[in-house]
Amino acid sequence: MTIDFHHRQSAHCESGVTANLLQHYGCNCSEALAFGIGSGLFFAYVPFVRLNFLPLTTFRTAPGSIFKKATKRLGIKVRQQRFSNPVTAEQRLDQLLAAGCPVGAQTGVFWLPYFPPAYRFHFNGHNLVVTGKEGDEYLISDPIFEQPVRCAATDLRQARFARGALAPKGRIYYIESMPAHSDLQRAIVAAIKDVCRVMLSTPVPMAGVRGIRFLARRLAGWPTRLGEKKTLQHLGHIVRMQEEIGTGGGGFRFIYAAFLQEAAALIDNEGLLPLSERCTASGDDWREFALLAARVCKGRADLGATIKDLAQRLEQSAAAEESLFRDLQQVISRSGQKGMIR
Amino acid sequence: MKKEQVPQHGGLTAGCREINYAVDEDGRYSLELSVGWEAKNATLRLAWEAIVEQLHLVIAEVRAGQKSPLAYHMVKNQMDVQLLGQYSGFARWRVKRHLQPQVFKRLKPRVLAVYAELFRISMSELQQVPDQPDLRIEDMDTSGASL
Repeated sequence: MTIDFHHRQSAHCESGVTANLLQHYGCNCSEALAFGIGSGLFFAYVPFVRLNFLPLTTFRTAPGSIFKKATKRLGIKVRQQRFSNPVTAEQRLDQLLAAGCPVGAQTGVFWLPYFPPAYRFHFNGHNLVVTGKEGDEYLISDPIFEQPVRCAATDLRQARFARGALAPKGRIYYIESMPAHSDLQRAIVAAIKDVCRVMLSTPVPMAGVRGIRFLARRLAGWPTRLGEKKTLQHLGHIVRMQEEIGTGGGGFRFIYAAFLQEAAALIDNEGLLPLSERCTASGDDWREFALLAARVCKGRADLGATIKDLAQRLEQSAAAEESLFRDLQQVISRSGQKGMIR
Repeated sequence: MKKEQVPQHGGLTAGCREINYAVDEDGRYSLELSVGWEAKNATLRLAWEAIVEQLHLVIAEVRAGQKSPLAYHMVKNQMDVQLLGQYSGFARWRVKRHLQPQVFKRLKPRVLAVYAELFRISMSELQQVPDQPDLRIEDMDTSGASL
């Protein structure tokens, strides 16, 4: 059984999965739009959650939330399931595929054989679409890859039941039915407001703009607290979390900038265009941060001197993003009112 | 990021190309393919180097009779006692015991089989450690360039 599924490569797994699933059901949606409507942009530094023994830094929302928020805002009926038994989980997947339904799944990267070996870490927030089964192999549209891939049933089972932080527990999700009409404009406005809210006024000091400042303070103290070797590992980990695990910090700012550009036309609000440019600039800043941090890791720059510079860059990013989201909040609230008058 | 700035630095990605969002001359966003980026390659390499270094240490410990070969396979699979416990279904204190050479030597085949299946190696491979870590960063790097 093979479902005729149009594979599109994307920069980030979950927004790609969401966009591709929506497209399968006739809703022409770009990855950036799915990322934006799903309010994918985020920041959090959570030192007590560990990935590969190092503190979690995330530039995106929790796995599953982009799909959940995007579909909810568009009025699409979806279903999500978790399992305790791998056999039942596989049966349910096969059943859905037989019914012609492409299925989104959360997996651990470590067990997916088609990933380049250097990428195979214990990271459990990866998303893909299962589009069919041939014999003992699943056909998979993994949005990170250029072409659809194949994966042995045993490997996929392992990946769906990966353990550790963010364990997927066999989680699958799929679209049950599409609405007759969805209000795209309202969805966009609500999604932007949501992102502004989490970036500016989260109650926990680890998330949003406050999270960036929190990381800046912690990072400045690393050399004395952890010593040089561990500091380098921590720095390298941030860069990998930023640029690799689901494409990352700089990347996410660029995707969001692309979304704002698309949204400006869709909700007819020119005010979003300069904000899109500022969001791009913020992405560029994150990339420069990553580049500098990587240079330190390679031993091409002095740690003591650079760590201050890095912390300062984070403070600047925090300030830039704070003013960006404040202005975005203003622009979008005006756009909401305009919509009401019409 | 501008279109012409999209990095094309091959490295540990084994030829996989990824999407980058970049703006063209008119400021419009488009999707561009990238073969990799030096910052990413460098930190990825660093992470693997840390694992290989740990493997060297574990091999020495196993040779010195301080740890069982299970410790080597655990580190090679990037696991700690907690994660290995979750995957194997054994309680943490049991996994910790299995890391002791004298306990490991007397483990029943049934117990060893659980670990062997998890790590996807044979029972005899599980009970040995190689002289050098059988994990080579060079094999992952297809660019040919050293960073």
